[in-house]
Amino acid sequence: MTMKYLILGTACAMTLAACASTADPVPTPEPVVQAPAPVAPQPEPVFEQPAPAPQVIAAPDPNLPIPGSAEDFAYRAGGEPRVFFGYDRYDLSNDARNALRSQADWLNQYASYTAVVEGHADERGTREYNLALAARRADSVKAFLVSQGVSPSRLTSVSYGKERPIDARSSEAGWARNRNGYTSLKSGGQS
Amino acid sequence: MKALYSIITAMAASMLSWAFMAVPSFAQLEIDITKGNIDPTPIAVPDFIGTDSSTRQLGSDIAAVIRADLERSGLFRPLDPQSFIERQTNIDYEPSFADWRVIKAEGLVSGRIVADSPTRVRVEFRLWDVFAGRQLSGIRFATTPENWRRTAHKASDAIYKALTGEEGYFDSRIVFIDEKGSKINRQKRLAIMDQDGANPQYLLGGSDIILTPRFSPNSQKITFMSYENVVPQVYLLDIETGRRELLGDFPGMTFAPRFSPDGNKLILSMSRRGNSDIFVMDLISRSTSRLTTDPSIDVSGSFSPDGRKIVFNSDRGGSPQLYTMNADGTGTKRISFGKGRYSAPVWSPRGDKIAFVKSQSGKFSIGVMDPDGKNERLLTSSFLDESPTWSPNGRVIIFSRETRGRNGSSEIWSVDLTGQNERKVNTPSKASDPAWSPLLP
Repeated sequence: MTMKYLILGTACAMTLAACASTADPVPTPEPVVQAPAPVAPQPEPVFEQPAPAPQVIAAPDPNLPIPGSAEDFAYRAGGEPRVFFGYDRYDLSNDARNALRSQADWLNQYASYTAVVEGHADERGTREYNLALAARRADSVKAFLVSQGVSPSRLTSVSYGKERPIDARSSEAGWARNRNGYTSLKSGGQS
Repeated sequence: MKALYSIITAMAASMLSWAFMAVPSFAQLEIDITKGNIDPTPIAVPDFIGTDSSTRQLGSDIAAVIRADLERSGLFRPLDPQSFIERQTNIDYEPSFADWRVIKAEGLVSGRIVADSPTRVRVEFRLWDVFAGRQLSGIRFATTPENWRRTAHKASDAIYKALTGEEGYFDSRIVFIDEKGSKINRQKRLAIMDQDGANPQYLLGGSDIILTPRFSPNSQKITFMSYENVVPQVYLLDIETGRRELLGDFPGMTFAPRFSPDGNKLILSMSRRGNSDIFVMDLISRSTSRLTTDPSIDVSGSFSPDGRKIVFNSDRGGSPQLYTMNADGTGTKRISFGKGRYSAPVWSPRGDKIAFVKSQSGKFSIGVMDPDGKNERLLTSSFLDESPTWSPNGRVIIFSRETRGRNGSSEIWSVDLTGQNERKVNTPSKASDPAWSPLLP
């Protein structure tokens, strides 16, 4: 939310600047989209603008993770770099694709990181079949990240089958959480 | 052979009844094998006679293990020694059969321990048919006192064979995964124990996940899957030497390993770009050949005991089902057609049945079917039964049973091929993924 305001604010400032110099009464929206790609809060351009809005300056939130940190990756991925699957499915939902696009953007920005893409299954399946099923899930996640520009050499996919559940409940809700693909960031660190 | 199989199938309830009927002198015993529930046959196993305190102790320990083996089989009901009338002092004389008939013992095992030296003992016993009044077998083992448990199991196997006509399964071991910790933080160790739960030992693990151990046909080696490297792989462990070996260095995960019946090959699954296929690895040359090429999940290969066929699990038809193929990967046939999802097939050591897991309506069952898919029968049902493995004689199946919920945990259970005699197997802690060894040499 905070980030959105910041980007809007930045765009607004730029638009105002453009407005002042060319006196164009109808600013086109294109520069808004192109200017600050969806990145972590970067306040520098804001200070360079001639007509800053005060609320924009106030935006950097001390509660936000440090850009480029593993916490930042999780935050940008929607709270946790984990996408979920249907029962016995390994195809990606729209929600999963959107979350993975954010993961890919981040990984493309912080190119020194590598990641292990883990595939997980719920307990309602036999061990070996679930290993194969979770391998497909891990590969679905990896293939999508690669399609978004992340180098395959940075991603290792590993199936955990049903061996590492995150939710102990034997219920639809618990099983739904345990059917997932998790992008586990490995320190390549920031260079 | 075929006739034997059909008899075994027909008896469905008690193999003992058949054995007794096959022995002419038991003709007066009339056990209706069409009955659903056959009472286990009463048998008396007094403590083996000793000549001093140490041989008496040995005799008492050995008899207790034999009684426990026979009782767990579900085919026998060992009688309470308190009820015995006759106290034999010499097993070379016929027992007073009338005294044993009174307490309704149908079989009597009388044995003795003779110390030949401080380090060598003879364990001798005679098995009597109480109603016919004659000896069925007499057996002597020369061994060391330390080896008493295995000697007792060998005696149980001899008694089982004399009374049922089939090989026993008591002198065997179980390799399994010992489990500790909560459901979301389980620690898994590779462990081994006698089939009755005695002598548990930990072979490997603690820090990495270890799964699906399986015995080689000579019981000397175990193959398993471990997460020791980032990408999990199949390993080999020599039980005696403790030598552990990574089998191949494959780009993708290797899993679901099982030995071929001759022990020279390993069938395993390999996952590449998310797709799992079945391969065979020659353990001598280390070359691998690919048996399935379908873009579906192909896992859990298991050889027939003659090595000519393989049963496996695939979702190529849209849901997980069982298929057989020739050992070279040709001639694939689907064999499971019932409602539900099938997985984890294991070919019986007798060749006549395939055990599997079937999930249907939120329950998991251990089942058996013929290799052509006919005569499907479900033996168990619970929240989650899986990982079936056969006793060396193909009469008993042990499996993992996971309980439902936050505090769910895994235990090892056993069930007869008939679906009778379901009971928990003793393990030192929580346990899963059992694999039964062949009879020990």
